[in-house]
Amino acid sequence: MSGSIQDTFFEECEELLEAMDEGLTAVEGGDHDPEVVNAIFRAVHSIKGGAGAFGLDELVAFAHRFETVFDEVRNNKVELDTKLIQLLLRCSDHLSDLVAVARDGGTTDEEHHDALIAGLEEYMDDEEEDLTFEPMGLGGPSVPLPLAAEEEKTYEIRFRPLKEMFGTGNEPFFLFQALSELGPLKVVLDESELPGFDAMAMDDSYLAWNLTLTSTEPKSSIEAVFEFVEGLCELSIASDKDAEEEEAALAALNAAFGVSGDDSVTDPPAPFDAPAPAVTAPEASPQPVEKASSAKAESTKSEQRGPKPTLRVDLERVDRLINAVGELIINHSMLAQQIANLDVADLRDVETELEGFKNLARDIQEGVMSIRAQPVKPLFQRMARIVREASSATNKVAKLVTEGENTEVDKTVIERLSDPLTHILRNAVDHGIEKPDDREAIGKSRTGEIRLSASHRSGSVCIEIKDDGAGVNRPRVKQIAIEKGLIPENAELSDSEIDNLLFLPGFSTAKEVSNLSGRGVGMDVVKNAVTALGGRINISSNPGKGSTFTIILPLTLAVMDGMVVSVADQTMVVPITSIVETMRGSDDMINSLGADGTLLSIRGNFVPICDVASALGLRNPNSDQPPGVYLLVETETGQKSALAVDDIHDQRQVVIKSLDGVCGNIPGVAAATILGDGKIAMILDPENILAASTSSATFDTERRMSNAIAS
Amino acid sequence: MQSQAEVKFGDQEVKHAQQSEFVSFTVAGQAFCLKITQIREIRRWSPVTILPHAPMDVLGVMNLRGAVIPIYDLAARFGLQQTEASERNVVIVVAVHGKPVGLLAESVSEIISINREEIQDTPPVDSRHTMEYIQGIISHDDTMVRIINLDAVISAPEQGLS
Repeated sequence: MSGSIQDTFFEECEELLEAMDEGLTAVEGGDHDPEVVNAIFRAVHSIKGGAGAFGLDELVAFAHRFETVFDEVRNNKVELDTKLIQLLLRCSDHLSDLVAVARDGGTTDEEHHDALIAGLEEYMDDEEEDLTFEPMGLGGPSVPLPLAAEEEKTYEIRFRPLKEMFGTGNEPFFLFQALSELGPLKVVLDESELPGFDAMAMDDSYLAWNLTLTSTEPKSSIEAVFEFVEGLCELSIASDKDAEEEEAALAALNAAFGVSGDDSVTDPPAPFDAPAPAVTAPEASPQPVEKASSAKAESTKSEQRGPKPTLRVDLERVDRLINAVGELIINHSMLAQQIANLDVADLRDVETELEGFKNLARDIQEGVMSIRAQPVKPLFQRMARIVREASSATNKVAKLVTEGENTEVDKTVIERLSDPLTHILRNAVDHGIEKPDDREAIGKSRTGEIRLSASHRSGSVCIEIKDDGAGVNRPRVKQIAIEKGLIPENAELSDSEIDNLLFLPGFSTAKEVSNLSGRGVGMDVVKNAVTALGGRINISSNPGKGSTFTIILPLTLAVMDGMVVSVADQTMVVPITSIVETMRGSDDMINSLGADGTLLSIRGNFVPICDVASALGLRNPNSDQPPGVYLLVETETGQKSALAVDDIHDQRQVVIKSLDGVCGNIPGVAAATILGDGKIAMILDPENILAASTSSATFDTERRMSNAIAS
Repeated sequence: MQSQAEVKFGDQEVKHAQQSEFVSFTVAGQAFCLKITQIREIRRWSPVTILPHAPMDVLGVMNLRGAVIPIYDLAARFGLQQTEASERNVVIVVAVHGKPVGLLAESVSEIISINREEIQDTPPVDSRHTMEYIQGIISHDDTMVRIINLDAVISAPEQGLS
């Protein structure tokens, strides 16, 4: 039980951290709107609140300091200067670390933690930190306050939990225990609403309590006890003093201080809050002086006007739905095929209906797919942190500019993009961006800029990482490749081929091993990760101006556009993304090269031919049967090859079925799909086929790369 | 996921706690059997999709109501003569490690109900390869029926392939 609530807390934390990051980024961009600051404050505060409920002390302590500084900012007592913003950004990173540690275990960097706390404390008002109250220093003139705070008062509290409160795991007992710490407490149970056994609903709440507390504490302390069950219970707190009299006093106070309901629940610094036990339930109160609840009330308000209501759904359920819809599509094509085979004179009506069915199925499919699609925004926000950390580790100044954050991509793609993006960005900071002084010397701004953008491009997602650094040092890259024996010494490579050498396994150009890179993890890992997602990555570089990495990814991992072909009597599917052109070949287009190499001449160009059937071991390579159709494919390096197949049937959308767990890794085959006739067809991986094919005269590095992927 | 086969077999009452039921079938002329609880369904053979670069005993993959399941030729797996797959043959769908897998057999014979004590240990023979796949033997109607050790049959190829 508590486990699942804790999960919910951490899920919420994710959202809150995102909101906080978003706010901080806005602040960093110069947006000092109080609403933005409030939003960050609320986010931190909610994290603290939740963490407190689970006894995550370290998290609470840090969040508390963090939020206190924000409170100062809200009250315009601290200037939001660059130094503070940097500190706050680092603190927000650390806060996410702390949350991660609380969730997954592990440890945080003590030194870093302490340094940040020390940094935050500089901005803090000592008194507020100690939670002692301080009549001065709140900006208001000294007003004769009723000295009620020191007086022992009797509070009448009526507490009636709603059933939702029990749903969140709160226990009245612990609340009462907390109250009794404030002073002598008398608890009377009110079971008057309790129905007979027959009318009782198992999960409803019927009990209420009347509590009498004698305490010197201000009312806000009592409200603080009920902070976490706000909105989950009916609560009224009344002191023994006449309520009306109190309200009059309050009005006077408000006039004196100006209505500024801005101190928080947990930092009750204001003595003028103490004599304000207005007899109201927190939610019901229109009074701006209901300060204790102000933070929560604001967050409720913000939820209401927040973006759009959303639904939290188990990912597995969505996946089941996606699978079922995939079946529906397959079923439709099977049905269509069966009907077409029927020997009936007039099929028009049936075909019209079938067409309608197909459209509906497609609609449902798109709808379901869009559930899995998520904006890349959270991913990009995390990347801002990577750049911050990387630049501070390398003593460089770099900022991340993001574009197209609302581009939606399949959730799995987003998850698996995190690592490659991190790697590319670290590399961009470490190798791409020059040192600030060097930049200045060549007339660039001291701050390097890395632009991370996402956009939809004809059925795929394009993610671009562009830096304004030095660009690829081509002579050096080539030199290293030769030294490491990756390319022959006399290799003549085009600029783009040299750039793409970076993706070779075990390639690193850093002169010295820095904290960030040079750990033996090269760009080949990035390439593998992208390839595993069915995507492609490319680099283009402009010496002195910077480099651009382009990642092209499929929109979804569940469906794919494919060309249905036949190879050695088997039906197979080739991803449309990798096909440049298709053509029917004739004998005079085929030229032999060497013992077993064949080239296809296309408009004066010669490209190597790879027979798919023999590459897959389905036909003897030396058989004379000339394949009829060629699919021209282009690899990432721009190298073209012609895949020879027997025939092309159709171009259609296919549902991808993973072969993982069915049989191990099959060279040349990416996955499987189910065709209209219910048969399974293999989805081919052209790159891998080219690599496996011995007759292919493909560029050698390409083969190395693909071998690395295959192994 | 209630298969027809299961429904039919389920009607037969288990008479004794010590008694278990086996489905016997022929593979390359020899009698084998599997515990009835291991079998999900029995289907008629239909052509499968060939997996490139697959070992001889992996016939290919089949579409089982939207799931892609691998089909093994039991005869080839046991080192016996390969089955010439035809319409008369059957595919026994079993669940191994939670995943459905199809096994090609010549034909299904009958359901054998026997006491635990009747199961004999496999006498040591030279063919170590076969020994691994056989859990024990039963004498039934004067013929020997071999009990297949499903885990050994299926987990082994997965490692070999990858």
